[in-house]
Amino acid sequence: MTAWLTTAALSLGTIAIKATGPLAFGRRQPSAALSSVIVLIAPSLLAALVVYETVHTGAHALVFDARLAGVAAAAVALALRLPLAVVIALAAAAAATARALT
Amino acid sequence: MSIVVFAGAAQFASLSVLAAGGTAGAAVVAGLLMNARFLPMGFAAAPSLRGGSLARAAQGQAVVDASWALASRRDGTFDRGLLLGATIPQAFAWISGTIVGVFAGSSLAHPERFGLDAIFPAFYLALLLREVRTGRARAAAALGALIAFALIPVAAAGVPVIAASAAALLGLKRR
Repeated sequence: MTAWLTTAALSLGTIAIKATGPLAFGRRQPSAALSSVIVLIAPSLLAALVVYETVHTGAHALVFDARLAGVAAAAVALALRLPLAVVIALAAAAAATARALT
Repeated sequence: MSIVVFAGAAQFASLSVLAAGGTAGAAVVAGLLMNARFLPMGFAAAPSLRGGSLARAAQGQAVVDASWALASRRDGTFDRGLLLGATIPQAFAWISGTIVGVFAGSSLAHPERFGLDAIFPAFYLALLLREVRTGRARAAAALGALIAFALIPVAAAGVPVIAASAAALLGLKRR
């Protein structure tokens, strides 16, 4: 029961969050100042997601584990301009290898 | 839960609170904090959506990390077709994956053994590289990463990512 209540509340909340941006703007185009902020939202959030997905754990703590090896492998693969699917596969392989070795 | 919430991080955040014996209220707060990052993403994508209020709000539901990042044209506008088009197959995969997981989940107890947990940061890194073509974008990315890194040990799940969107305020600085 608790799980279903949680699911219901979470989904309503998420729908509201996702609807807020599109509703707030209506059809208006954002001002120049706002546009220059919006352009930077993607790089800020993506950089944060990279860090977050690499070192966070469930319990408020930084953890440096095999994910770092995976991300490092991805960085090298990206520098070599390999295709995205190869980059992802190499990242998973590097993390799996690092984890098997430690 | 996969059908109606459709956001892995929020689902995991709220489930881990419930599993640890937390109340439903605490679980909902944890999940919503995780999903609050869709607020800045929604603001960013909003000017690129079309149609009336209801249609726009409905299109806003297609905002999930990967589609949003893929649809970004790097100049602050978003490819609406790509945003919607990239979300639909993800929804199918997510929901069918959940069903498979419910029935076969116990046979794959440690997905991290296959390095699957490194896939998300690697994917976001690839998308990030497309975004940092200007000095300002690089500065915002560096600041966002720093904010997230600093907040992970102290803030609740999801908060570091939302807080990092404050780095976009660098855009207000005069060139």
